[in-house]
Amino acid sequence: MSGLDEVVARVHRDEWARVVATIARRFGDLDVAEDATAEAFATAVERWRDDGLPPNPGAWLTTTAGRKALDRVRRESRRDEKQRQALMLGDQLSGPPEPTGAVGDERLRLVFTCAHPALAMESRVALTLRMVGGLTVAEIARAFLVQETAMAQRITRAKAKIRAAGIPWRVPEADDLPTRVAGVLAVLYLVFNEGYLATSADADPVRADLTAEAVRLTRLVRELLPDDGEVAGLLALMLLIEARRGARVSPHGELVTLDQQDRGAWDRDLVAEGHALVRERLASGRPPGRYQLLAAINAVHTDARDARDTDWSQVVALYDQLVRLDPSPVVALNRAVAVGELDGPHVALAQVDALAGSLDGYHAFHAARADLLRRLGRSADARAAYDRAIDLAGNSAESAYLRRRRDELGTAEGDA
Amino acid sequence: MHYLLSVVDDTANPGPADEPGAVDRFNDQLKQDGYWVFAGGLQTLDTATVVDARSGDTTVTDGPFAETKEYLAGFWVIEAPDLDVALTLAEGGSRACRRKIEVRPFDGIA
Repeated sequence: MSGLDEVVARVHRDEWARVVATIARRFGDLDVAEDATAEAFATAVERWRDDGLPPNPGAWLTTTAGRKALDRVRRESRRDEKQRQALMLGDQLSGPPEPTGAVGDERLRLVFTCAHPALAMESRVALTLRMVGGLTVAEIARAFLVQETAMAQRITRAKAKIRAAGIPWRVPEADDLPTRVAGVLAVLYLVFNEGYLATSADADPVRADLTAEAVRLTRLVRELLPDDGEVAGLLALMLLIEARRGARVSPHGELVTLDQQDRGAWDRDLVAEGHALVRERLASGRPPGRYQLLAAINAVHTDARDARDTDWSQVVALYDQLVRLDPSPVVALNRAVAVGELDGPHVALAQVDALAGSLDGYHAFHAARADLLRRLGRSADARAAYDRAIDLAGNSAESAYLRRRRDELGTAEGDA
Repeated sequence: MHYLLSVVDDTANPGPADEPGAVDRFNDQLKQDGYWVFAGGLQTLDTATVVDARSGDTTVTDGPFAETKEYLAGFWVIEAPDLDVALTLAEGGSRACRRKIEVRPFDGIA
């Protein structure tokens, strides 16, 4: 890659969302904003090759994209209202570039618009990746294993609803910020999880591009809402999980569980940053939310030099708090697994079995049960549970791990 | 923008009676804040009649056009700057009439 290509790629990462956001707000239309921004980048590649990099590439791109958008609106100005808008906007665009002080706010508007509660969750995730993350429709379709046409349709529908229903370009008022932020964080967590443990057997087991994108966007939200505890909590959670990514899949493509991982292969900088955020939240003295508790649990895990040194009583205590906030069966399952380390597999199995009604279709339920049954020496039951877990697991690294555990059981007992 | 706030009731699981005066207070607030355009409650579903003159012959049928459990019980037409404002107003409307509210933008208004 030439030097210029690298610069353009970096500017694309850094500036895409800001340019789209600025144009979208001025023209009130995501399609116009997206096309104009893409055109501006195409022009930039040609012009910068001849003229060199402008002193402020972001401002150059915003101005150029603004002109492109204006041209497009003028071309389509059969409609009176658009004509009026175009004429009105002409004055603003010929002025000096916007001060960079407004930058963060523009991107935040875009994040909140794309993650609006009036849009279906799957549309929010797709739109956030497209408009804020700058991923192509093909990339998003691949990440979520749907047809490109279906993904394009989903994004088009979401944009059309934003336009027709009058979803505003603003950061919500302080009153509804907590609920809106929660939606934004849910979107980012979904993106991260899809990258960390891809749900399909056909995808790479770990999608580093998706986890990196989720971390980058969460950092952005944190930059803009530095005092929000759950934003800090989600960032810490992602960093502490991301730190272990390299140790998590073996060279043979098999999942390596937390207790078996080479802790020396963890990314120390990410661990340190995650721990610092968790400490910052503890020092605030304010009651932690769901992401902060999950981050704290991961901080305890990453604190131990060896899996045997893990402070399980602390982990269980944190899960106790989490169950009070989020009494979902999945949280109860994870708590039971921690209880198994503290009080033994007997106690844990009773708690896990109590969840059978709601979690029978969830592979992690059967995997956890299989492990507890194995530890209790109930090989035949363990084998049946591994079989169920393998049937339900979508991730190829996870299936490989579960198959090996099941087969080890077979050779040890010889009762296959 | 104009939005239709539809009051959705359910024949199988009807909403409870309104808190006395709650809807009136909500209406007064809409008027005071400048969102009010028009509103109305509808008579029960069994008062509906469907007229179809599409084929040239006119048929008149007793009953509502759609055989669903959920039905339109009333509505507000409001004018609001954007969907977020409309959703906040719908929240107040839902509390006042103790039913679900569907929010839809008008494509045009005569």
